Amino acid sequence: MTERFMLSRRDLLRTSAAGAALGLASAAFPIRRAFAASATVGFIYVGPKDDYGYNQAHAEGAATLKSIEGISVVEEENVPETVDVQKTMESMINLDGASLIFPTSFGYFDPHMLAMCAKFPDVQFRHCGGMWNKDKHPMNAGSYFGYIGMGQYLNGVVAGHTSKSKKLGFVAAKPIPQVLLNINSFLLGARSVDPTITCQVIFTGEWSLAVKEAEATNALVDQGADVITCHVDSPKVVVETAAGRGAFVCGYHANQSPLAPEKYLTGVEWNWAKVYKMFVDDLIAGTPLPNFTRGGLADGFVKMSPLGPAVSEAARKQFDGTLAEMMKGGFSVIKGPLKSNKGVVVATEGQAFVETAIELESINYLVEGVVGSTA
Amino acid sequence: METTDIGLWGVPLAMLGGAIRVSTPFIFVSLGEAITERSGRINLGLEGTLVFGAMSAYAVAVVTGSPWLGLLAAAFAGLCFGLFHGWICKFPKVNDIAIGIALMLFGSGLAFFFGKPFIQPSAPDLPAIPFGAWSSIPQVQAALNVNVLFLIGAALAVFLWWAFRNTRVGLIVRVVGDSADAARAMGLNPNTVRLLATGAGGALAGIGGAYLSLYYPGSWTERISSGQGLMAVALVIFARWNPLGCFAAALLFGGAGALGPALQSVGVTQGYYLFYAAPYILTLVIMIATSSPSRTLAGAPGELSITK
Repeated sequence: MTERFMLSRRDLLRTSAAGAALGLASAAFPIRRAFAASATVGFIYVGPKDDYGYNQAHAEGAATLKSIEGISVVEEENVPETVDVQKTMESMINLDGASLIFPTSFGYFDPHMLAMCAKFPDVQFRHCGGMWNKDKHPMNAGSYFGYIGMGQYLNGVVAGHTSKSKKLGFVAAKPIPQVLLNINSFLLGARSVDPTITCQVIFTGEWSLAVKEAEATNALVDQGADVITCHVDSPKVVVETAAGRGAFVCGYHANQSPLAPEKYLTGVEWNWAKVYKMFVDDLIAGTPLPNFTRGGLADGFVKMSPLGPAVSEAARKQFDGTLAEMMKGGFSVIKGPLKSNKGVVVATEGQAFVETAIELESINYLVEGVVGSTA
Repeated sequence: METTDIGLWGVPLAMLGGAIRVSTPFIFVSLGEAITERSGRINLGLEGTLVFGAMSAYAVAVVTGSPWLGLLAAAFAGLCFGLFHGWICKFPKVNDIAIGIALMLFGSGLAFFFGKPFIQPSAPDLPAIPFGAWSSIPQVQAALNVNVLFLIGAALAVFLWWAFRNTRVGLIVRVVGDSADAARAMGLNPNTVRLLATGAGGALAGIGGAYLSLYYPGSWTERISSGQGLMAVALVIFARWNPLGCFAAALLFGGAGALGPALQSVGVTQGYYLFYAAPYILTLVIMIATSSPSRTLAGAPGELSITK
């Protein structure tokens, strides 16, 4: 069935691309050039695109593309990580003529995006996350992500200076590598201020569960945590609940300071506008899109929210110093000697993992000082 | 901020606080559904009503600045949804469960559509009464900060329990639910009674939604509900259609839901997925323990399509 479809599609391409002889493998380039003046880019979000969080960050990035001449943007929100996303991709390609698609959620990749990559070899797919592997996956797919753990380290620096109880709280969704790295970075940032600080983590088990996130925040504050941060899709509930209980908060994904102007210390935000512009510039120029895209603070992929009014002078100084250090590149959050909270050595003396280290994309431990468990 | 180390006391305290904070939407939706089901209809659409109630309450509170007007709007919206369900179901051969599922999707979709502009702004919250003011421990004060809607819900449960036994209206609802033929013989019109009972149930579900968006967790997002409306409908069967039972079951679910985060916060971190499943395991155990192959569910209205 697939084959038959490809054949008819090939016929279609042949006629529409003005008689150019096209093999399927090279179909992408002539087509892209033919449409370079007006290309359609598709964005798919797992939640609402104004959630004060993950999806909003992507949608803000997508919105900046709309002003680029010749680029039209199609978006769909609240698309579950099921066969639904395949239908969304198909309709973006067949009805809207999208030649580049960004399925932005973790669970879209396998098997949904991979199935579409095989079905539409002349369309480019770029997935947000760390799943693409050049040995296993097709070349019209790819992944992009930012080293946002660095920002959580900076959050931790400010939190470490601000906390009086020396206990921090982290509301996390699922124990996947990116989340674990954020938790570890937050604690290690705080420990760079005071090595006795601990961080309590609560996993809610889902990316978006408003009531459970509020309960988790309350439980953390009850146990004495006085600075809270999170890694859930929409930090709005965590930020409002924590501030309502009198705790300070560090933001994530987007700038949440309007929700708690007095209690918001700082936060780490995505800057997808920069990343999406890069891809679209390549698309317009007709150069092949990169398959593996990564970047951090120095590359402008992530940025910090402005420091809030509760941040002390000492905290500001160390924050600025560490940030400057990171901007030079080569900064390591995970460096030896370091043990996991189960006592296993994860980095020996002298061993350091810089932000670009590929090992960090598969970490499965919480470092010493984090109270919590990955299962 | 003052902090006091309360250690393991955090778990029972969190369950108490969680029972009070989380249970209120369950109380209102399940009481509303109890009224509807006692009249012989099932309205599965209350999940959609809850979400639409949450949205309309938040929207009206943002625009007018008054959470109480938001609450009224939610109740009114819920009433309309309930009446709509009741009106469609009066036609012959209409399946109330199918209409309920349709209204569940319709209510959520409509709420998402109208709710878009209200995700970003902040609305004023419904007030809470600080019953914990006697304590010097901030955690206790926070746990005993009780919202007025919780108290109204508790009073309503007692009132409904009394009213089903002792008032004319209560008896009319019950006779329609138990035997439409008997009701007709008495000169009652079952469809009218059910229309009003479904409308009342919808209004209560709307209020439950207002609690979600205007108090706890206290903001409007499209993911606000996570299925509470559906669970509350199931609670009614669990509570054997008894309003006091609905209240107790709602408290149980609220408290059990707080167990997972509370245990993690005191360092019991292994197997949190199991703790999160605690309320459902408890339900299964109670359902199995109280079921019997030789009789129908005690207290089930005779006209319900699932028990007929």
